[in-house]
Amino acid sequence: MYTFSSKLKTFSFALMILGVIGIGVGFWQAPKTIEDVEKILADSHHGHEVAHAEKSSHNLEAHAVDNPVVAEVVVDSAKAIATDSVAHQTLDSTVVAAAPVADTHDNHKKETVAHEANHDKEHAEHVLHQLQNKPWAALYVACLFFMLISVGVLAFYAIQYAAQAGWSPILFRVMEGISSYLLPGSIIFFILLIAAGMHWNHNHLFLWMDPEVVNPASVKFDELIFHKKGWLNVFRFLGTAAIILVVWNFVRFKFRQNSIAQDSASDIAPYKKNFKLAAFFLVFFIVSESIMSWDWIMSVDPHWYSTLFGWYVFSSFFVSGITVIAIITLYLKGKGYLEHVNTSHIHDLAKFMFGLSIFWTYLWFSQFMLIWYSDIPEEVTYFVTRIEHYKLPFFGMVALNFIFPLLILINTDFKRLTWIVVMAGAVILFGHYVDFFNMIMPATVGDQWFIGIPEIGSVLFFLGLFIFVVFTALTKAPIEPKGNPFIEESKHFHY
Amino acid sequence: MSNKVIHAIYNDDDVLMDAVKQTRAAHHHIEEIYTPFPVHGLDKAMGLAPTRLAICAFIYGLVGLSIYTALMNYIMIQDWPQDIGGKPSFNYIDNMPAFVPIMFEGTVFFAAHLMVITFYMRSKLWPFKQAENPDVRTTDDHFLMEVGIHGNEEELVSFFTNTGAVEVKVVDKH
Repeated sequence: MYTFSSKLKTFSFALMILGVIGIGVGFWQAPKTIEDVEKILADSHHGHEVAHAEKSSHNLEAHAVDNPVVAEVVVDSAKAIATDSVAHQTLDSTVVAAAPVADTHDNHKKETVAHEANHDKEHAEHVLHQLQNKPWAALYVACLFFMLISVGVLAFYAIQYAAQAGWSPILFRVMEGISSYLLPGSIIFFILLIAAGMHWNHNHLFLWMDPEVVNPASVKFDELIFHKKGWLNVFRFLGTAAIILVVWNFVRFKFRQNSIAQDSASDIAPYKKNFKLAAFFLVFFIVSESIMSWDWIMSVDPHWYSTLFGWYVFSSFFVSGITVIAIITLYLKGKGYLEHVNTSHIHDLAKFMFGLSIFWTYLWFSQFMLIWYSDIPEEVTYFVTRIEHYKLPFFGMVALNFIFPLLILINTDFKRLTWIVVMAGAVILFGHYVDFFNMIMPATVGDQWFIGIPEIGSVLFFLGLFIFVVFTALTKAPIEPKGNPFIEESKHFHY
Repeated sequence: MSNKVIHAIYNDDDVLMDAVKQTRAAHHHIEEIYTPFPVHGLDKAMGLAPTRLAICAFIYGLVGLSIYTALMNYIMIQDWPQDIGGKPSFNYIDNMPAFVPIMFEGTVFFAAHLMVITFYMRSKLWPFKQAENPDVRTTDDHFLMEVGIHGNEEELVSFFTNTGAVEVKVVDKH
């Protein structure tokens, strides 16, 4: 039996307390009125103005040289800006006039001269919504990320059962421990979905949830969203979320129950139940996972759609889940609790981390490249906003999630070294947090993003809760399962 | 100089593994082992050095990646930067997503083929090569261990008979 070390428990509580403080500061800092935002903008505007003046004069010089290549680049970026401002307009529910909302572009200076009088006010309102979304979005990303890690582990666990894997049964209790976070995680997540549906405290994470947007009489009316309201309505959204979360939690509960029953069973009946449950769950999972990725992630950009998005989201949290299994296994092994886990088990987990990191990159690139190549304006705005405003996180995550694991985990000997696997795992987890950040933030806070107190606070809170729940669950059952027909093979697994 | 070797023939891979361990413990030098199929763990029991083919493949992959990157950069960006369907051919990075499928396949092509050729060269395999099979049964169901004779011949023969060999021969190796 595992005993929760008091140091780790204290650490998890410290993380949760720090996290709650950070989340609270985030909500407290968010501006309440348009006047607050106008003040913020006025403070930062002066600096912007100077930078833009310099930039545009530089462009003029380049034109004067009459270098055709540079001229073409300028034309090209102007085109990108044009599509971008269309994106802004469609995203910004408050725009009435057709004036472009582009605010940080080369032609800013020219535009400011031609500004309509009411444009500043609209801009301020737009920024107000983004800043009010910021603490909510930070909370949402962290909550979703940690919950999906436990879902990824649950899917991996089901695959191990369905595939009758011989190497992994020794790790089943670790996986059950991690998936125990699903219950508290999904409760908090569902509350966040309700918060979005009810617009608590200026929560505008989902643009389509605003009833004005689908009201033909309103100035905010959006015909594109109006035609999607058969799917995108709060009742259907919360109902689907409730069904998906209840089934996932129920399956996880039955898995655990049968696994514990197998410890003292005289035959393998509980194992067979889990085998059948795994087959059912995997079918349900792949459908529900797709739906959940449209609802909880893709619908923050209600004008955009991508067909492989569900797979892309899946690969992201699946590799994170396996990474967490590897890290927690190494921690428990280091404390002397998993005597039958050897470097071959770690090697297998590291191979999964390596292979699935490349799988994630394959999907990321396939989605990006297809949209980049065809350059259809209604699709490409998704990546234009990300490359314009999120350049470092957007391309940085490719380095974190692909290049780093590719170069580190390709070596067979490295995959057996604790410190290498933990280090690569930390980078992969951070990279996939950034991936979720990139999926949610551009549509909710736009160019007002920053990884500051609300974001770090949210991550710390959920990390603390995750550690507390997972390690508490690990103390509830023997750390090595008994009675599984593959457990002896797993104990002697050698690669 | 006549160079005599012992051919100890076994008909079970477990017996062979035990024999290899005993031979190594007795410090007899194993020249070669012929088996009809890969015997798991035999290389470790014989104390063979691990292969470096994977390292070669990694380097070949980098070579392929460089060649295809340079190729696309020269053709599409440097030599004739045409506007083809509005794709930005101003510099390599601007148009890189379009080249990635080629860069990827080139990397795999070089890594795979050059590694295979390296394997053929290092293990001296080619068409019309004279087969080096000391006993035809070793491709079917027998295992043969070849050990050089240095010292007492009778003692060695009795040693190998005791390791479970079904047949021990002393052969002159040209």
